[in-house]
Amino acid sequence: MAKLKVALYWAAGCGGCEIATLAIHEKILKLAEVADIVFWPVGMDFKYADVEKMADKSVDACLFNGAIRNEENEHMAKLLRAKSKIMIAYGSCAYEGCIPGLSNFYNRQLTFDRVYIETPSTENPQKIFPQTKVKVPEGELELPEFYDTVKTLGQTVDVDYFVPGCPPEEKTTWLALEALITGKLPPKGTVISHSVKALCEECTRTREEKKIKKFYRPYEIIPEPEKCLLEQGLLCYGIATRGGCGALCPQANMPCTGCYGPVEGVVDQGAHFLSALASIIDSNDPEEIQKIIDDIPDPAGTFYRYSLPDSLLRRARIK
Amino acid sequence: MKRITIDPITRLEGHGKITIFLKDDGSVANVYFQVPELRGFEKFSEGRAAEDMPQITQRICGVCPEAHHMASTKALDELFHVEPTSAAKKLRELLYSAFFVTDHTTHFYILAAPDFVMGPDAPPAERNILGVIGKVGLELGGAVINTRKQNHWVIQTIGGRPIHPCFGLPGGVSRAINEEERVQIEEIAKQSVEFAKLSLKVFDDIVLKNKEYLDMVLSDTFTQKSYNMGLVDDNNKVNFYDGKVRVVGPDGKELCKYAPREYLEHIAERVEPWTYLKFPYLKKVGWKGFVDGNDSGVYRATPLSRLNAADGMATPLAQEEYDKMYTTLGGKPANFTLATHWARLIELLYAAERMVELVQDPEITSTDIRNIPKAKPDEGIGIVEAPRGTLTHHYITDERGVIKKCNLIVGTTNNYAALYMSIKKAAEDFIKPGVKITEGLLNRIEMAWRPYDPCLSCATHALPGQLPLEVTIYDDRGNEVKKLSQGI
Amino acid sequence: MDNFEPKIVAFCCNWCSYAGADLAGTSRMQYSPNIRVIRVMCSGRVNPLFVIKALSIGADGVLVLGCHPGDCHYIEGNYKTMRRIPLLKKMMKQLGIEEERVRLEWVSASEAAKFAEVTNSFTQTIRSLGPSSLGNLKQSSKEVKHG
Repeated sequence: MAKLKVALYWAAGCGGCEIATLAIHEKILKLAEVADIVFWPVGMDFKYADVEKMADKSVDACLFNGAIRNEENEHMAKLLRAKSKIMIAYGSCAYEGCIPGLSNFYNRQLTFDRVYIETPSTENPQKIFPQTKVKVPEGELELPEFYDTVKTLGQTVDVDYFVPGCPPEEKTTWLALEALITGKLPPKGTVISHSVKALCEECTRTREEKKIKKFYRPYEIIPEPEKCLLEQGLLCYGIATRGGCGALCPQANMPCTGCYGPVEGVVDQGAHFLSALASIIDSNDPEEIQKIIDDIPDPAGTFYRYSLPDSLLRRARIK
Repeated sequence: MKRITIDPITRLEGHGKITIFLKDDGSVANVYFQVPELRGFEKFSEGRAAEDMPQITQRICGVCPEAHHMASTKALDELFHVEPTSAAKKLRELLYSAFFVTDHTTHFYILAAPDFVMGPDAPPAERNILGVIGKVGLELGGAVINTRKQNHWVIQTIGGRPIHPCFGLPGGVSRAINEEERVQIEEIAKQSVEFAKLSLKVFDDIVLKNKEYLDMVLSDTFTQKSYNMGLVDDNNKVNFYDGKVRVVGPDGKELCKYAPREYLEHIAERVEPWTYLKFPYLKKVGWKGFVDGNDSGVYRATPLSRLNAADGMATPLAQEEYDKMYTTLGGKPANFTLATHWARLIELLYAAERMVELVQDPEITSTDIRNIPKAKPDEGIGIVEAPRGTLTHHYITDERGVIKKCNLIVGTTNNYAALYMSIKKAAEDFIKPGVKITEGLLNRIEMAWRPYDPCLSCATHALPGQLPLEVTIYDDRGNEVKKLSQGI
Repeated sequence: MDNFEPKIVAFCCNWCSYAGADLAGTSRMQYSPNIRVIRVMCSGRVNPLFVIKALSIGADGVLVLGCHPGDCHYIEGNYKTMRRIPLLKKMMKQLGIEEERVRLEWVSASEAAKFAEVTNSFTQTIRSLGPSSLGNLKQSSKEVKHG
């Protein structure tokens, strides 16, 4: 039986999804028995030219991680889409934009000014900025163009499956790889995880009634070990986050931050969390409500921590 | 002019492209190492709550998230004017040591070893970890996988998750470990010491005892006399978690030793238009171009630099190996770039030994792991050693602890100029008129940067824009003919 | 902005504000034709997502009208609205959307005049704010390059 051909690529990511793939540990040897990895810049010396030479649809599956930040990311997304039968958005960046997506609060110009002029360690009196085409004495050099807006993989090419998580936990990764290896793939468009429900289903903390008189910043309190963190006033995102990770952060006494993306069927994870959070504020007095809301220092950054590019608005509007 | 492009560079973390321009006679005219990626952390951190920064900034890099998490958490300690508890500091350093074990293991076996085990000219399809396991055998391969797996379990147990931990808070950490966990961690730490010793033996057998490789290590092509930077403790021994930043020249003399809050007096970054990554240099020496030597502000912050900048290792077995290395290399400082692989394994041993020390400390299971901040936050700077270099996080917030300004100088960024110079030298020495350009030759040029274990996602946390634009036009003699600019 | 006619979506709860709107109509009161009414059973049905969606597909402003606190047909629905809309506005501000583009008001079934007054004043507010910039994204999302 011919071995599967698998490609793995990173766009604007952090490498965490590569480490997450390696987190299957000894199962990588199992994978190597049934699949040939034909492209994986972190660990293999195949270059872009090798991908360009591949026939269309000759790669059985491509696990693509990272958000679409620049021209090179977009080009590789389209190239790998053409060469692959199945395109998998692996990890939160490819799925919903993730942390690089926070850049959508700003734009190229603002970021540019900060990095190359304003940062206190930068010495750049001539105000040199990197450019997409630069003439040097020997010829011309190119850099990929940076877009104002970070996009998800699904907003760039047709995606077959999504693997959630920043990064996906080992069992989620293996669920996807096992489906590939056995050929038992779910319907197109499936978000592959052990759960379609909110994280609360998996969390071992006890839940009673949610009534919040005050929201706390994590450094302000030492939470009780058994009780629901949201009920203790921490901004735990578990109620609006897909399960499947094992609720590791609440077990470490830290609130969930939402990295597994929205619960099945939810279109905008941030709005979903906002609605749930506001509903449990324990007050009917507008002034008191405002005071409780003021306890939350960064609503947009907290609610759209991982999902800003995939949200309805996709980015902030800048005047 | 004819050009050769290596795109992308492989067996590292991040994106990079090497362009080699050739003269008509086939010799090298110039080499450029461009980094085409960026994301913009220094900007989009603005407006975020400070306590979220350990978890946000650790997504600068998923290979070394613990480094960012730690530097960020330490910056928060200073920001909120709160001292972590003694047990919390030990837990942080214990996790950090386990992290160094996983990361250095990953680099040596998965990213670097293929060049030495399979050979620089082996076919690309074999020149990778699977090829290495095939050649060295399942027992060693299994030990590599197992060491990573177990130490990631340690990271998860202390830090919450195996990748992108969540435990860092100003004033401490979010959870304690119990005795059962402590016992398991101790077992893993001891096994990691054995694994580190084994890895040094592997290096000895495969690299040092191979004349071709040893010659490469000691060759002029792979020699560079730059300044060395690393964190040292009060005894000037290497410490990854805390201390002062020490800089030692290629001649072995100490240039400076500074506390985190003084970093701006010592480091500046410059910009080139053909890459998104900035080039840090030592302010006190000044920028003299892409050259090495005592008069150039180019510096390195790699495992070898750390060993060069320190007076020794803080644990006994690592100290033995340290002495052995310098004896073999002919004294301190060692300026042989490929010896960085060796230094990395000595650090692996130190990290494992340090794990054993910390996990045997009676305070490690204490539940006194949090001090609650009382003061209003304002400014904080945290420095740790990331596996790839000195890492600096600098935050300024409003009185509610919302980030107003953020500055980051990241591990690999420190090394950009030196790394570029290493590539250039290798290209110039290997590509000569009449020499056939093979894939193996290009890989040997890549071997010049691999010792740095670059993390280009780390390095390019920042995002630039496209306009303003300045174009300089040169004639074929390199004279500037015209300069056009817009928006500047 | 002389020719700018704001597009406003008004979520009206069935028991109070929609009835109040009806009464304004049957009483022949003059009020801005700019509003598009969407009837919901309760203002508590208004998911913040609806407000964002309305703004993202071309609305320049969104009104959410419900029963006065204490009068909700479902007892507590409007309390939920009372908590959600302020948090939504705070978040929208961070996303560059003026807080004034969303307004929450209580209009009872008999308050036809209030309905007219609210819609008129809100329309005027939006007119002076100008068109919402959210429409821009729909166009640029089709292109992949940004000039």
